[in-house]
Amino acid sequence: MQSGPIQIPSTGALTHLQRLEAESIHILREVVAEAENPVMLYSIGKDSAVMLHLALKAFFPGKLPFPLLHVDTTWKFREMIQFRDRIAERFGVDLRVHINPDGLAQGVGPFTHGSEIHTHIMKTEGLKQALDAGRFDAAFGGARRDEEKSRAKERIFSFRSAQHRWDPKHQRPELWRLYNTRKNKGESIRVFPLSNWTELDIWLYIHRESIPIVPLYFAKERPVVERDGTLLMVDDDRLPLKAGEVPQLRRVRFRTLGCYPLTGAIESDADTLPKIIEEMLAATSSERQGRMIDKDASASMEQKKQEGYF
Amino acid sequence: MAQKIDQGSLLRFITCGSVDDGKSTLIGRLLYEAKMLFDDQLAALESDSRRVGTQGGDLDFALLVDGLAAEREQGITIDVAYRFFATDKRKFIVADTPGHEQYTRNMVTGASTADLAIILIDARKGVLTQTRRHAYLVSLLGIRRVVLAINKMDLVDFAQDVHDRILAEFTGFAEQLGLADIVAIPMSALRGDNVTQHSDAMPWYEGPALMPYLDDMELPGAAEGRPFRMPVQWVNRPNLDFRGFSGLIASGRIRPGDAIRVVPSGRTSTVARIVTADGDLPQAIEGQSVTLTLADEIDISRGDMLADAARPPEAADQFEVTLIWMAEEPMLPGRSYLLKLGAKTVTATVTSAKYKVNVNTLEHLAAKSLALNEIGICNIGLDQPIAFDAYKDNRDTGGFILIDRMTNETVGAGLLHFGLRRAQNVHWQPVDIDKAAQAKLKGQQPCVLWFTGLSGAGKSTIANLVEQDLFGRGRHTALLDGDNVRHGLNKDLGFTDADRVENIRRVAEVGKLMVEAGLIVMISFISPFRAERRMARELMQPGEFIEIFVDTPLAVAEQRDVKGLYKKARRGELAHFTGIDSPYEAPEQPDITVNTSVMTAREAADAIVRYLVDHRIV
Repeated sequence: MQSGPIQIPSTGALTHLQRLEAESIHILREVVAEAENPVMLYSIGKDSAVMLHLALKAFFPGKLPFPLLHVDTTWKFREMIQFRDRIAERFGVDLRVHINPDGLAQGVGPFTHGSEIHTHIMKTEGLKQALDAGRFDAAFGGARRDEEKSRAKERIFSFRSAQHRWDPKHQRPELWRLYNTRKNKGESIRVFPLSNWTELDIWLYIHRESIPIVPLYFAKERPVVERDGTLLMVDDDRLPLKAGEVPQLRRVRFRTLGCYPLTGAIESDADTLPKIIEEMLAATSSERQGRMIDKDASASMEQKKQEGYF
Repeated sequence: MAQKIDQGSLLRFITCGSVDDGKSTLIGRLLYEAKMLFDDQLAALESDSRRVGTQGGDLDFALLVDGLAAEREQGITIDVAYRFFATDKRKFIVADTPGHEQYTRNMVTGASTADLAIILIDARKGVLTQTRRHAYLVSLLGIRRVVLAINKMDLVDFAQDVHDRILAEFTGFAEQLGLADIVAIPMSALRGDNVTQHSDAMPWYEGPALMPYLDDMELPGAAEGRPFRMPVQWVNRPNLDFRGFSGLIASGRIRPGDAIRVVPSGRTSTVARIVTADGDLPQAIEGQSVTLTLADEIDISRGDMLADAARPPEAADQFEVTLIWMAEEPMLPGRSYLLKLGAKTVTATVTSAKYKVNVNTLEHLAAKSLALNEIGICNIGLDQPIAFDAYKDNRDTGGFILIDRMTNETVGAGLLHFGLRRAQNVHWQPVDIDKAAQAKLKGQQPCVLWFTGLSGAGKSTIANLVEQDLFGRGRHTALLDGDNVRHGLNKDLGFTDADRVENIRRVAEVGKLMVEAGLIVMISFISPFRAERRMARELMQPGEFIEIFVDTPLAVAEQRDVKGLYKKARRGELAHFTGIDSPYEAPEQPDITVNTSVMTAREAADAIVRYLVDHRIV
């Protein structure tokens, strides 16, 4: 938060980033004012970085009035975990990490069980366990509506049944800036303060506000192997190399971060924020292209959300 | 380049049109032209278009907009969706709403946050009934700027006279609605004529293409003219030395040293600091989320409004409003709902429905209640005064939602027009001989014994026996029986849901007056709805309302059929009969339950009296 006071344009209107920032802060405060036990899901990525930054702004000079929750699948990039712990210390936030103990005991992983089962057990089930155990009645998530079709139709305040299910046909209308936060027994709310942000907005804002992000977003020589047209980074020795496969050093970066065996890198020279933004403006593929869990069917995300995935 | 987009403004708009007007095609075209579609999305669109498209293999932009699997399978659009695109000058958020039966609810939702509306017209069909409906809803929600997109010009040979005729007809009734700022653009969204560039096919058209117009259109100067308003959303008190009031500025501007007034309390102070994480600000304007500290320590909590001391908003507890109903369950006057406006949530009752508006013809129709997607003019009453502005002056301090207290659903949206003076001029008259004095004299604890149950369950019989017993003990009682009250006080009411709610409201108020007079009041009414029994309970002090569920299976009550009413209802001669074609909602936690299929009336009455003795009421 090194940038100076916000300058008001002479026309008297706010810029689009200022309007988005104000809207997100309003949403964050509304939840804290009305929910009993909120939590922020922190996935370490760029969207989580922006969401955390907005939350620190919303409650300044007070501290963050809720904990951060990271659902660890044990397959995240090592740099992500280091970054997570650094951030928690730097901002003095209450960070809680949850790993699905059943999945851990069974040794669930993307290579042994496939991406679908791995994601379901370590992410979806792990998330539900952590939310239930913490008795959280509202959970902030960094999802944006421009990411994916089913998210374009999801409310900012999205209700989940006691089983964490989303019912797309039964959503409350959201008018003006009025959010109905009242829950029925057992229900919880997922709240998306970044609903109206686009990927470009996120990068412009990270740049404007000098928000710290995981170095994996910047281009650098990294060891990768190419599989089915996807560049996978060899982040540790758990990646089973196929016969004849030799990791090569290539100049790559990531548009999105997740479990390293499920996240494709792109070849890039963008090693600064302005270069990343330039690259984004010229991009011809969407950021989720690098995410393998979405490829199964075009309704895949909708299905996952109904099961309780964010 | 990054620097430039960083400084762009934001424009939110809504597109209104039916499936056949080419609305989805237009949105798809805008996304495509703004290069918001990536290769992988285009590839998915191409394969979807071949598989389920309606454009004979050509790109079917509608598929981009219909997001959910459930929708694609059924070929319908469920809900409001938001789309995003950006140019070098602006970022755009498009609210896309489907054009079928849920239209009013969805369009009102989408319009509530829009700065501008694009109303689509199929050039071949001209101004239709639904065009009028779109224009009405746009004007109702306070959108001042309208683009009339006269689409499919390619199908009318790009003829100027078609365009001119449609524009003249539209302008005619738009003026009646107060829509003055209208720009008509003839186009073909499918071919791209006049979407991003001026079309050679229509040289007679001299105005801008759609995209350049949206790019350059001047946004209303945010801070100009309107007085400062900020609903207090959250009190920021991290330590004893700091007490800040956080909120989003709904209108106007504020600087340190400005005088503010807190509404409704009326206290005043001056702004000391505008605190943000980026440092204190010299001023803040409409749309910013800030934290203010004040020069004086005054009592302010969430839901209060901070306002320009010289031009404060009114406070009232009775209003005339426009209500847009959004739930399957109809709006019933007399039923209590929660009302949320700004950061304030209060209890509200629709005191009367004046009329409803036919959204197609704008005709006023008599109304006692409102059904899903109906719009009506109503009076509402609140349990406490709130700060407000008329909706036409300020959306954020004049727009509200209504929430059902049982289901917690958002059931309606409302626009405040003005406060009713009635409440302000009728003050509560304190009385010297109060309830406690009355109760002491009579040596009893005044209360309401509320008997609820099906017709024929035995409510009146049991209430009679209880009253005889209490009378014998020297207690002062009154008995209000449903049938008897309907002969007098409530003889103007029928048996529709709306009338049943009013029936209960009146008798509950009468019961309350009698409790004030120190009496033990027996009220024997079917009272089928939980919401009204709860409303009655809330009128009384805690412990004063004793709910007695006279529980009898429908089959038993129907077999008794003392008054022959069940037979009539079964024959269809009696409409809205509880248990037959009108629901009975059994109490979830009654204070006393008596089951008359296994107890005699005498036993039931004795059980109730025992409860009263045990609880030291008699």
